[in-house]
Amino acid sequence: MQKGTYRVKTGFAEMFKGGVIMDVTTPEQAEIAEAAGAVAVMALERVPADIRKQGGVARMADPKRIKEIMEAVSIPVMAKCRIGHIAEARILEALGVDFIDESEVLTPADPFNHIDKWQFKVPFVCGCRDLGEAARRIAEGAAMIRTKGEAGTGNVVEAVRHMRILNDQIRRLRDMSRAELVSYAKELGAPVEVLEMIQELGRLPVVNFAAGGIATPADAALMRMLGADGVFVGSGIFKSENPEKRARAIVLATAHYDDPELLAEVSEDLGEAMPGVAIEEIPQEQLMQYR
Amino acid sequence: MKIGVVAVQGDVREHLRALKRLGAEAIPVLKPAHLEGISGLVFPGGESTAIWRLLKWSGLVEPIEELHREGLPMFGTCAGMVLLAKEVVNWPERFFGFIDIAVERNASGRQVDSFETELEVKGIGRVPAVFIRAPYIRRVGSGVEVLAEYQGNPVMAREGKVLVVSFHPELTDDLRVYEFFLKMCQEDHGNHGKG
Repeated sequence: MQKGTYRVKTGFAEMFKGGVIMDVTTPEQAEIAEAAGAVAVMALERVPADIRKQGGVARMADPKRIKEIMEAVSIPVMAKCRIGHIAEARILEALGVDFIDESEVLTPADPFNHIDKWQFKVPFVCGCRDLGEAARRIAEGAAMIRTKGEAGTGNVVEAVRHMRILNDQIRRLRDMSRAELVSYAKELGAPVEVLEMIQELGRLPVVNFAAGGIATPADAALMRMLGADGVFVGSGIFKSENPEKRARAIVLATAHYDDPELLAEVSEDLGEAMPGVAIEEIPQEQLMQYR
Repeated sequence: MKIGVVAVQGDVREHLRALKRLGAEAIPVLKPAHLEGISGLVFPGGESTAIWRLLKWSGLVEPIEELHREGLPMFGTCAGMVLLAKEVVNWPERFFGFIDIAVERNASGRQVDSFETELEVKGIGRVPAVFIRAPYIRRVGSGVEVLAEYQGNPVMAREGKVLVVSFHPELTDDLRVYEFFLKMCQEDHGNHGKG
């Protein structure tokens, strides 16, 4: 009997496919998410929109908050640690969270390295903007990838940008010779072995969700049309006027992204979405995706 | 032979792949029309609460109950087992209840306790088994045959045309558990609904 194997980690991520993972900051929000059909919740102290507004250093949530959320729901609970913060990750593992998001939404702790995720029993999800970043995270042991988008903006354009770039690079990789692949690995800053694996499969070897800016059922459907296995919704639900209704609509739209009539039906009368931000209005140094 | 896979949420791709490898025609089921002409129905791994809500909101619960009354063979893995069980001991909702067992959701623990191992399955032999926040069977009805156990917990069972497993045969290359289900479908092929 073996725990924490790569198959157990990546297999768990496969179970999220077609689903929605929702950011929650209280046990009550977690219950709303579960009732709306979320496949997991992300336990946080502040949603990305508030982190963006309030500034300062964003850290792992208080373990007390995470435990309260774990007790409130039966679905898996994820939590975020800062990039490279091995100690926060160990704390989250000890709490028994089901998945750790080594996340650019929090303030990075290590300017040089990400966490060596092979050393953990708990699986990790990491963000990427392109194939090079995805391949590096996979080499470090990530069991799931999400495209980064720009969290807390309610603006889907960066999520689309990252998914388009990733898809395009995988498409190019598919037809490359060995020599071209090695040269491409250098260009991307990606390990050759991981690229070989991706070339053989024709896709990432792990589940890939979309994140960062998804605010409506149509946004969720769009990301699935572009090939995302599912979506993370951060501020988009609990910063909107009617979280229950919107959460359920996003769950339905993520599952039935191919059914325009249903998308029209669930998009109706959801109340105000979260306020959006134009990416150009954000100073470059405040963009989370470059972390 | 056409086999449907409930495709509203979960590891649908792995189930479709397993079915295709075994030569079946695999149909993702997202709406009632997709149930037409199938000889068996698979409930994948995923989140049982999410799958159940999506089945309800997609109008699939009644048509699936009708197919069960007609005797269509059904196979549930992990979350699928939870959905097919008559009783869930640690959850207030009642799901399909097509097999007379009581299950405990997430009985193997949280994800850090998920594991892989080998199991002896009756009539098949030793198979690799991946358990992910897995349900265990806590009670079996008199008409239910237990086909495998792990540390004294029943983890695979059959009653009539309903087969359930706690683990994920679709995540391994050993598809004999899957073949067992396809045999159930073949024996029954074209018979369900004809008394």
